[in-house]
Amino acid sequence: MTKPHNIRRGVSLYSYQYETFLRKMTLDDCVAHAAGLGARGIEVVSEQSFTGFPDVPEEQIAGWFASLERHGAYAQCHDMFLDVKLYKDRKLNFGEMVASLQRDLRFAKRLGCRNVRVIVNTPPEVVVACVPLAEELDVRMGIEVHSPFHFDHPWILRYTELTRATGSDHVGYVPDMGMYTKNYPPVFRDRFLRLGATSKIVEFILEAHAARVLPDYVLMDVRKLGGNAVDLQMAETLRHNIWSNPRRMLEFMPWIFNIHAKFYEIDDSGREPAIPYEEIIPVLIEGGYDGHLSSEYEGQRHIEDAFEVDGREQVRRQQEMFKRLLGEV
Amino acid sequence: MYDQHIIFPGSVRNAEDGSGWRLGARLPYYRGQILSAVEDVALTVDGDKVPREHVRFTVRGRTFTLEQLETEYVERWEFGEVAEISVLQPGGLAPGSHRVTAAVQLRISYLPWSPVTSCTIDAAV
Repeated sequence: MTKPHNIRRGVSLYSYQYETFLRKMTLDDCVAHAAGLGARGIEVVSEQSFTGFPDVPEEQIAGWFASLERHGAYAQCHDMFLDVKLYKDRKLNFGEMVASLQRDLRFAKRLGCRNVRVIVNTPPEVVVACVPLAEELDVRMGIEVHSPFHFDHPWILRYTELTRATGSDHVGYVPDMGMYTKNYPPVFRDRFLRLGATSKIVEFILEAHAARVLPDYVLMDVRKLGGNAVDLQMAETLRHNIWSNPRRMLEFMPWIFNIHAKFYEIDDSGREPAIPYEEIIPVLIEGGYDGHLSSEYEGQRHIEDAFEVDGREQVRRQQEMFKRLLGEV
Repeated sequence: MYDQHIIFPGSVRNAEDGSGWRLGARLPYYRGQILSAVEDVALTVDGDKVPREHVRFTVRGRTFTLEQLETEYVERWEFGEVAEISVLQPGGLAPGSHRVTAAVQLRISYLPWSPVTSCTIDAAV
Protein backbone atom coordinates (compact mmCIF):
# COMPACT_ATOMS: atom_id res chain seq x y z
CA MET A 1 0.00 0.00 0.00
CA THR A 2 1.54 3.33 -1.05
CA LYS A 3 1.34 6.18 1.45
CA PRO A 4 -0.84 9.16 0.51
CA HIS A 5 1.07 11.70 -1.53
CA ASN A 6 0.64 14.73 -3.72
CA ILE A 7 2.86 13.77 -6.64
CA ARG A 8 1.51 14.50 -10.12
CA ARG A 9 2.66 13.01 -13.36
CA GLY A 10 3.86 14.99 -16.33
CA VAL A 11 6.03 14.82 -19.43
CA SER A 12 8.75 17.06 -20.73
CA LEU A 13 8.25 17.35 -24.46
CA TYR A 14 12.03 16.90 -24.70
CA SER A 15 11.08 13.22 -24.65
CA TYR A 16 9.53 13.39 -28.12
CA GLN A 17 12.30 15.49 -29.63
CA TYR A 18 13.36 12.90 -32.19
CA GLU A 19 9.87 12.64 -33.58
CA THR A 20 9.33 16.40 -33.60
CA PHE A 21 12.75 17.01 -35.18
CA LEU A 22 11.82 14.66 -38.03
CA ARG A 23 8.35 16.25 -38.20
CA LYS A 24 6.64 12.98 -37.33
CA MET A 25 4.89 14.61 -34.36
CA THR A 26 3.45 18.07 -33.95
CA LEU A 27 3.26 19.99 -30.68
CA ASP A 28 -0.38 18.93 -30.47
CA ASP A 29 0.57 15.26 -30.98
CA CYS A 30 3.04 15.54 -28.07
CA VAL A 31 0.49 17.07 -25.71
CA ALA A 32 -2.11 14.49 -26.79
CA HIS A 33 0.25 11.60 -26.15
CA ALA A 34 1.31 12.76 -22.69
CA ALA A 35 -2.21 13.62 -21.58
CA GLY A 36 -3.44 10.31 -22.97
CA LEU A 37 -1.20 8.60 -20.42
CA GLY A 38 -2.67 10.69 -17.63
CA ALA A 39 0.53 12.76 -17.48
CA ARG A 40 -1.22 16.08 -17.71
CA GLY A 41 1.51 18.48 -16.50
CA ILE A 42 3.38 19.53 -19.61
CA GLU A 43 6.96 20.78 -19.51
CA VAL A 44 8.35 22.41 -22.59
CA VAL A 45 11.79 23.22 -23.97
CA SER A 46 10.43 26.35 -25.58
CA GLU A 47 13.21 26.78 -28.13
CA GLN A 48 12.35 23.30 -29.36
CA SER A 49 8.57 23.57 -29.49
CA PHE A 50 8.11 27.14 -30.69
CA THR A 51 9.78 29.25 -33.35
CA GLY A 52 11.01 32.82 -33.19
CA PHE A 53 11.85 32.64 -29.48
CA PRO A 54 11.55 34.87 -27.50
CA ASP A 55 9.17 36.69 -29.86
CA VAL A 56 7.01 33.64 -30.48
CA PRO A 57 4.07 34.61 -32.73
CA GLU A 58 0.78 34.88 -30.91
CA GLU A 59 -0.87 32.18 -33.03
CA GLN A 60 1.64 29.61 -31.73
CA ILE A 61 0.83 30.55 -28.15
CA ALA A 62 -2.88 30.35 -28.91
CA GLY A 63 -2.31 26.92 -30.46
CA TRP A 64 -0.48 25.79 -27.31
CA PHE A 65 -3.37 26.74 -25.06
CA ALA A 66 -5.91 25.24 -27.45
CA SER A 67 -3.94 22.00 -27.47
CA LEU A 68 -3.69 21.87 -23.67
CA GLU A 69 -7.38 22.45 -23.33
CA ARG A 70 -8.34 19.94 -26.03
CA HIS A 71 -6.40 17.17 -24.31
CA GLY A 72 -7.11 18.06 -20.70
CA ALA A 73 -3.50 19.02 -19.96
CA TYR A 74 -1.89 22.09 -18.40
CA ALA A 75 1.36 24.04 -18.70
CA GLN A 76 3.77 23.10 -15.96
CA CYS A 77 7.34 24.25 -16.67
CA HIS A 78 9.31 26.27 -19.20
CA ASP A 79 12.94 25.21 -19.62
CA MET A 80 15.18 28.21 -20.14
CA PHE A 81 18.75 28.56 -21.38
CA LEU A 82 21.26 31.27 -20.66
CA ASP A 83 23.32 31.99 -23.74
CA VAL A 84 26.32 33.39 -21.91
CA LYS A 85 28.36 32.79 -25.06
CA LEU A 86 26.00 34.68 -27.36
CA TYR A 87 28.93 36.85 -28.41
CA LYS A 88 32.02 35.04 -29.58
CA ASP A 89 34.47 37.51 -28.04
CA ARG A 90 32.97 37.95 -24.57
CA LYS A 91 30.56 36.51 -22.07
CA LEU A 92 27.27 38.19 -21.27
CA ASN A 93 27.66 40.70 -18.47
CA PHE A 94 25.62 40.61 -15.29
CA GLY A 95 22.93 42.98 -16.52
CA GLU A 96 22.50 41.03 -19.75
CA MET A 97 22.17 37.76 -17.86
CA VAL A 98 19.53 39.23 -15.56
CA ALA A 99 17.63 40.60 -18.57
CA SER A 100 17.79 37.17 -20.22
CA LEU A 101 16.33 35.37 -17.21
CA GLN A 102 13.68 38.07 -16.78
CA ARG A 103 12.72 37.55 -20.41
CA ASP A 104 12.24 33.86 -19.64
CA LEU A 105 10.14 34.56 -16.55
CA ARG A 106 7.83 36.67 -18.69
CA PHE A 107 7.76 34.03 -21.37
CA ALA A 108 6.85 31.33 -18.83
CA LYS A 109 3.99 33.51 -17.67
CA ARG A 110 2.84 33.89 -21.26
CA LEU A 111 2.86 30.09 -21.64
CA GLY A 112 0.92 29.65 -18.43
CA CYS A 113 3.80 27.94 -16.61
CA ARG A 114 4.19 28.41 -12.88
CA ASN A 115 7.75 27.03 -12.99
CA VAL A 116 10.93 27.84 -14.86
CA ARG A 117 13.75 25.33 -15.05
CA VAL A 118 16.82 27.56 -14.65
CA ILE A 119 19.75 25.97 -16.44
CA VAL A 120 22.61 25.07 -14.14
CA ASN A 121 25.19 27.42 -15.70
CA THR A 122 23.16 30.43 -14.52
CA PRO A 123 25.10 32.26 -11.79
CA PRO A 124 23.20 32.29 -8.48
CA GLU A 125 23.58 36.09 -8.21
CA VAL A 126 21.58 36.40 -11.44
CA VAL A 127 18.80 34.25 -10.02
CA VAL A 128 18.75 36.33 -6.84
CA ALA A 129 18.46 39.54 -8.88
CA CYS A 130 15.36 38.11 -10.58
CA VAL A 131 13.50 37.24 -7.37
CA PRO A 132 11.38 40.43 -7.31
CA LEU A 133 10.07 39.83 -10.83
CA ALA A 134 9.50 36.11 -10.14
CA GLU A 135 7.40 37.04 -7.12
CA GLU A 136 5.50 39.71 -9.02
CA LEU A 137 4.66 37.24 -11.81
CA ASP A 138 4.25 34.34 -9.38
CA VAL A 139 6.60 32.22 -11.47
CA ARG A 140 9.04 30.06 -9.52
CA MET A 141 12.66 29.60 -10.50
CA GLY A 142 13.97 26.09 -10.01
CA ILE A 143 17.69 25.65 -10.48
CA GLU A 144 18.54 22.54 -12.38
CA VAL A 145 20.60 20.24 -10.18
CA HIS A 146 22.11 18.12 -12.91
CA SER A 147 24.91 15.58 -12.85
CA PRO A 148 27.86 16.12 -12.36
CA PHE A 149 26.43 18.60 -9.86
CA HIS A 150 24.55 17.40 -6.79
CA PHE A 151 23.14 19.03 -3.67
CA ASP A 152 26.51 19.11 -1.88
CA HIS A 153 28.52 20.42 -4.81
CA PRO A 154 30.10 23.84 -4.15
CA TRP A 155 28.21 25.44 -7.07
CA ILE A 156 24.86 24.25 -5.70
CA LEU A 157 25.89 25.15 -2.15
CA ARG A 158 26.34 28.74 -3.36
CA TYR A 159 22.86 28.66 -4.83
CA THR A 160 21.47 27.40 -1.60
CA GLU A 161 23.27 29.99 0.46
CA LEU A 162 22.42 32.99 -1.72
CA THR A 163 18.87 32.07 -2.65
CA ARG A 164 17.89 30.97 0.84
CA ALA A 165 19.07 34.34 2.16
CA THR A 166 16.40 36.05 0.05
CA GLY A 167 13.71 34.30 2.08
CA SER A 168 11.72 33.96 -1.12
CA ASP A 169 9.54 30.93 -1.79
CA HIS A 170 9.91 31.60 -5.52
CA VAL A 171 13.37 30.14 -5.84
CA GLY A 172 14.35 26.52 -5.42
CA TYR A 173 15.44 23.44 -7.34
CA VAL A 174 14.59 21.19 -10.25
CA PRO A 175 16.69 18.07 -9.60
CA ASP A 176 17.55 15.93 -12.61
CA MET A 177 17.44 12.24 -11.76
CA GLY A 178 20.53 11.65 -13.90
CA MET A 179 22.50 12.34 -10.72
CA TYR A 180 21.17 9.03 -9.43
CA THR A 181 22.77 6.85 -12.06
CA LYS A 182 23.29 3.82 -9.87
CA ASN A 183 24.16 1.41 -12.65
CA TYR A 184 26.03 2.27 -15.82
CA PRO A 185 23.37 2.72 -18.54
CA PRO A 186 23.29 -0.30 -20.88
CA VAL A 187 22.41 1.95 -23.83
CA PHE A 188 25.68 3.85 -23.29
CA ARG A 189 27.69 0.63 -23.01
CA ASP A 190 26.16 -0.85 -26.15
CA ARG A 191 26.76 2.26 -28.21
CA PHE A 192 30.42 2.42 -27.19
CA LEU A 193 30.78 -1.25 -28.16
CA ARG A 194 29.24 -0.47 -31.56
CA LEU A 195 31.66 2.44 -31.97
CA GLY A 196 34.64 0.17 -31.34
CA ALA A 197 35.30 0.14 -27.60
CA THR A 198 37.57 -2.66 -26.35
CA SER A 199 35.48 -5.27 -24.56
CA LYS A 200 37.89 -5.85 -21.66
CA ILE A 201 38.24 -2.10 -21.08
CA VAL A 202 34.46 -1.74 -21.21
CA GLU A 203 34.28 -4.36 -18.44
CA PHE A 204 36.92 -2.43 -16.47
CA ILE A 205 34.93 0.83 -16.77
CA LEU A 206 31.69 -0.87 -15.73
CA GLU A 207 33.41 -2.28 -12.63
CA ALA A 208 34.94 1.11 -11.84
CA HIS A 209 31.52 2.77 -12.10
CA ALA A 210 29.99 0.15 -9.82
CA ALA A 211 32.82 0.71 -7.31
CA ARG A 212 32.37 4.54 -7.56
CA VAL A 213 36.02 5.09 -8.49
CA LEU A 214 36.75 8.75 -9.22
CA PRO A 215 36.44 9.33 -12.98
CA ASP A 216 39.90 10.96 -13.13
CA TYR A 217 41.46 7.76 -11.80
CA VAL A 218 39.49 5.63 -14.23
CA LEU A 219 40.66 7.79 -17.13
CA MET A 220 44.28 7.42 -16.03
CA ASP A 221 43.87 3.66 -15.76
CA VAL A 222 42.18 3.38 -19.15
CA ARG A 223 45.12 5.27 -20.69
CA LYS A 224 47.56 2.91 -18.97
CA LEU A 225 45.62 -0.05 -20.29
CA GLY A 226 46.12 1.32 -23.80
CA GLY A 227 42.49 2.31 -24.30
CA ASN A 228 41.51 3.66 -27.70
CA ALA A 229 39.69 6.94 -28.31
CA VAL A 230 36.26 5.34 -27.82
CA ASP A 231 37.37 3.69 -24.54
CA LEU A 232 38.48 7.10 -23.28
CA GLN A 233 35.21 8.64 -24.40
CA MET A 234 33.34 5.99 -22.45
CA ALA A 235 35.49 6.64 -19.36
CA GLU A 236 34.69 10.36 -19.72
CA THR A 237 30.98 9.61 -19.35
CA LEU A 238 31.61 8.62 -15.74
CA ARG A 239 32.10 12.30 -14.97
CA HIS A 240 28.52 13.06 -15.96
CA ASN A 241 26.74 10.01 -14.64
CA ILE A 242 27.19 10.19 -10.93
CA TRP A 243 25.44 8.38 -8.15
CA SER A 244 24.52 10.42 -5.11
CA ASN A 245 22.04 9.32 -2.50
CA PRO A 246 18.44 10.29 -3.37
CA ARG A 247 17.71 10.61 0.36
CA ARG A 248 19.74 13.84 0.21
CA MET A 249 16.65 15.40 -1.43
CA LEU A 250 14.71 15.12 1.84
CA GLU A 251 16.34 18.22 3.31
CA PHE A 252 15.54 20.26 0.19
CA MET A 253 12.02 19.03 -0.41
CA PRO A 254 10.17 22.28 0.44
CA TRP A 255 12.15 24.02 -2.31
CA ILE A 256 11.88 21.32 -4.99
CA PHE A 257 9.37 22.56 -7.57
CA ASN A 258 9.73 19.95 -10.26
CA ILE A 259 11.56 16.70 -10.92
CA HIS A 260 13.27 15.92 -14.21
CA ALA A 261 12.57 12.22 -14.32
CA LYS A 262 15.45 11.58 -16.69
CA PHE A 263 15.67 8.10 -18.16
CA TYR A 264 17.74 6.39 -20.77
CA GLU A 265 15.61 3.34 -21.32
CA ILE A 266 12.73 1.45 -19.79
CA ASP A 267 13.40 -2.18 -20.56
CA ASP A 268 10.94 -4.95 -21.33
CA SER A 269 10.54 -5.67 -17.62
CA GLY A 270 9.30 -2.10 -17.09
CA ARG A 271 12.37 -0.91 -15.17
CA GLU A 272 15.01 1.73 -15.81
CA PRO A 273 18.17 -0.35 -15.49
CA ALA A 274 20.42 2.62 -14.66
CA ILE A 275 18.32 4.98 -12.52
CA PRO A 276 16.55 3.21 -9.64
CA TYR A 277 13.12 4.83 -9.55
CA GLU A 278 11.98 2.13 -7.13
CA GLU A 279 14.39 3.76 -4.65
CA ILE A 280 13.79 7.37 -5.66
CA ILE A 281 10.00 7.60 -5.64
CA PRO A 282 9.58 6.32 -2.06
CA VAL A 283 11.97 9.11 -0.97
CA LEU A 284 9.78 11.69 -2.72
CA ILE A 285 6.69 10.27 -1.05
CA GLU A 286 8.39 10.16 2.35
CA GLY A 287 9.52 13.78 1.98
CA GLY A 288 6.07 15.01 1.02
CA TYR A 289 7.18 16.16 -2.42
CA ASP A 290 4.46 18.36 -3.90
CA GLY A 291 5.08 18.62 -7.62
CA HIS A 292 5.48 16.74 -10.86
CA LEU A 293 7.47 13.80 -12.01
CA SER A 294 8.26 15.03 -15.50
CA SER A 295 9.32 12.25 -17.88
CA GLU A 296 12.50 13.19 -19.68
CA TYR A 297 13.52 10.53 -22.18
CA GLU A 298 17.17 10.91 -23.16
CA GLY A 299 17.91 7.51 -24.63
CA GLN A 300 17.29 8.60 -28.21
CA ARG A 301 20.77 10.03 -28.65
CA HIS A 302 22.35 6.76 -27.51
CA ILE A 303 20.47 4.46 -29.86
CA GLU A 304 19.79 6.59 -32.94
CA ASP A 305 22.82 5.20 -34.78
CA ALA A 306 21.45 1.66 -34.72
CA PHE A 307 17.78 1.60 -33.81
CA GLU A 308 14.50 3.26 -34.57
CA VAL A 309 13.74 5.80 -31.83
CA ASP A 310 10.33 5.45 -30.20
CA GLY A 311 9.90 8.21 -27.65
CA ARG A 312 6.20 7.50 -27.28
CA GLU A 313 6.69 3.89 -26.26
CA GLN A 314 9.49 4.83 -23.85
CA VAL A 315 7.42 7.55 -22.19
CA ARG A 316 4.47 5.17 -21.97
CA ARG A 317 6.62 2.60 -20.21
CA GLN A 318 7.99 5.12 -17.73
CA GLN A 319 4.54 6.44 -16.96
CA GLU A 320 3.34 2.86 -16.33
CA MET A 321 6.23 2.50 -13.91
CA PHE A 322 5.24 5.75 -12.16
CA LYS A 323 1.65 4.60 -11.80
CA ARG A 324 2.87 1.42 -10.17
CA LEU A 325 5.28 3.18 -7.81
CA LEU A 326 2.80 5.94 -6.96
CA GLY A 327 0.09 3.45 -6.10
CA GLU A 328 -2.23 4.44 -8.95
CA VAL A 329 -2.64 0.85 -10.08
CA MET B 1 23.00 13.80 -31.93
CA TYR B 2 20.96 13.76 -35.13
CA ASP B 3 24.25 13.04 -36.90
CA GLN B 4 22.72 11.09 -39.77
CA HIS B 5 19.92 13.62 -40.19
CA ILE B 6 21.95 16.79 -40.81
CA ILE B 7 21.84 16.54 -44.62
CA PHE B 8 18.21 16.48 -45.70
CA PRO B 9 17.50 13.41 -47.87
CA GLY B 10 17.62 14.11 -51.59
CA SER B 11 18.62 17.74 -51.13
CA VAL B 12 22.05 17.83 -52.80
CA ARG B 13 21.63 19.49 -56.19
CA ASN B 14 23.20 22.00 -58.53
CA ALA B 15 21.91 25.57 -58.64
CA GLU B 16 19.75 26.18 -61.72
CA ASP B 17 21.75 29.26 -62.67
CA GLY B 18 25.05 27.36 -62.68
CA SER B 19 26.44 29.40 -59.78
CA GLY B 20 27.22 26.37 -57.65
CA TRP B 21 25.48 23.65 -55.67
CA ARG B 22 23.46 23.38 -52.50
CA LEU B 23 22.04 21.11 -49.87
CA GLY B 24 19.47 21.29 -47.10
CA ALA B 25 20.83 20.99 -43.57
CA ARG B 26 19.26 20.57 -40.15
CA LEU B 27 20.74 21.79 -36.91
CA PRO B 28 22.18 18.86 -34.96
CA TYR B 29 20.92 20.01 -31.58
CA TYR B 30 17.86 19.69 -29.39
CA ARG B 31 16.82 23.33 -29.47
CA GLY B 32 16.89 26.13 -32.02
CA GLN B 33 19.92 28.41 -31.94
CA ILE B 34 20.61 32.06 -32.57
CA LEU B 35 22.84 32.16 -35.64
CA SER B 36 25.78 33.71 -33.79
CA ALA B 37 26.22 30.32 -32.07
CA VAL B 38 26.85 28.58 -35.40
CA GLU B 39 30.63 28.65 -35.54
CA ASP B 40 31.03 26.65 -38.71
CA VAL B 41 29.30 24.63 -41.38
CA ALA B 42 32.20 22.76 -42.94
CA LEU B 43 31.61 20.90 -46.19
CA THR B 44 33.73 18.40 -48.03
CA VAL B 45 33.02 16.84 -51.42
CA ASP B 46 34.82 13.65 -52.41
CA GLY B 47 37.40 14.42 -49.75
CA ASP B 48 38.05 18.02 -50.81
CA LYS B 49 37.26 20.77 -48.34
CA VAL B 50 35.00 23.55 -49.59
CA PRO B 51 36.56 26.96 -48.78
CA ARG B 52 34.62 28.57 -45.93
CA GLU B 53 34.23 31.82 -47.87
CA HIS B 54 32.38 29.98 -50.64
CA VAL B 55 29.61 28.82 -48.30
CA ARG B 56 26.31 30.68 -47.86
CA PHE B 57 23.61 29.99 -45.28
CA THR B 58 19.94 30.78 -45.91
CA VAL B 59 16.90 30.62 -43.63
CA ARG B 60 13.51 32.14 -44.36
CA GLY B 61 14.82 34.06 -47.35
CA ARG B 62 17.80 35.64 -45.57
CA THR B 63 21.25 34.68 -46.76
CA PHE B 64 24.46 35.03 -44.77
CA THR B 65 28.14 34.26 -45.24
CA LEU B 66 29.51 32.11 -42.41
CA GLU B 67 31.37 35.17 -41.16
CA GLN B 68 28.13 37.15 -41.06
CA LEU B 69 26.46 34.39 -39.05
CA GLU B 70 28.87 35.04 -36.22
CA THR B 71 27.38 38.47 -35.53
CA GLU B 72 23.72 37.68 -36.19
CA TYR B 73 21.96 37.85 -32.83
CA VAL B 74 18.30 37.83 -33.88
CA GLU B 75 17.74 35.39 -36.71
CA ARG B 76 17.64 31.74 -35.73
CA TRP B 77 18.18 28.25 -37.06
CA GLU B 78 15.13 26.59 -35.58
CA PHE B 79 14.86 23.08 -34.20
CA GLY B 80 14.45 20.62 -37.07
CA GLU B 81 14.40 23.42 -39.62
CA VAL B 82 16.04 22.74 -42.99
CA ALA B 83 18.42 25.58 -43.83
CA GLU B 84 19.77 25.98 -47.33
CA ILE B 85 23.53 25.70 -47.52
CA SER B 86 24.84 26.86 -50.87
CA VAL B 87 28.32 26.70 -52.29
CA LEU B 88 29.61 29.22 -54.81
CA GLN B 89 31.31 27.02 -57.38
CA PRO B 90 30.74 27.95 -61.02
CA GLY B 91 29.27 25.01 -62.90
CA GLY B 92 28.38 23.17 -59.71
CA LEU B 93 29.16 19.51 -59.18
CA ALA B 94 29.95 17.21 -62.09
CA PRO B 95 27.09 14.79 -62.90
CA GLY B 96 27.33 11.53 -61.01
CA SER B 97 27.72 10.36 -57.44
CA HIS B 98 29.55 12.37 -54.81
CA ARG B 99 30.44 11.76 -51.21
CA VAL B 100 29.36 14.84 -49.26
CA THR B 101 30.12 15.64 -45.63
CA ALA B 102 28.52 18.45 -43.65
CA ALA B 103 29.97 19.18 -40.21
CA VAL B 104 28.26 21.70 -37.95
CA GLN B 105 30.10 23.34 -35.08
CA LEU B 106 28.01 25.02 -32.39
CA ARG B 107 29.05 27.21 -29.48
CA ILE B 108 26.94 25.86 -26.62
CA SER B 109 27.01 28.15 -23.61
CA TYR B 110 27.03 25.49 -20.92
CA LEU B 111 29.72 23.34 -22.54
CA PRO B 112 33.40 24.22 -22.22
CA TRP B 113 33.99 23.10 -25.82
CA SER B 114 32.19 23.70 -29.14
CA PRO B 115 30.83 20.35 -30.31
CA VAL B 116 31.14 19.34 -33.95
CA THR B 117 28.59 16.97 -35.43
CA SER B 118 29.01 15.57 -38.91
CA CYS B 119 27.04 13.70 -41.50
CA THR B 120 28.32 11.97 -44.63
CA ILE B 121 26.18 10.77 -47.48
CA ASP B 122 26.56 9.61 -51.06
CA ALA B 123 24.49 11.83 -53.29
CA ALA B 124 23.68 11.55 -56.97
CA VAL B 125 23.74 14.84 -58.88
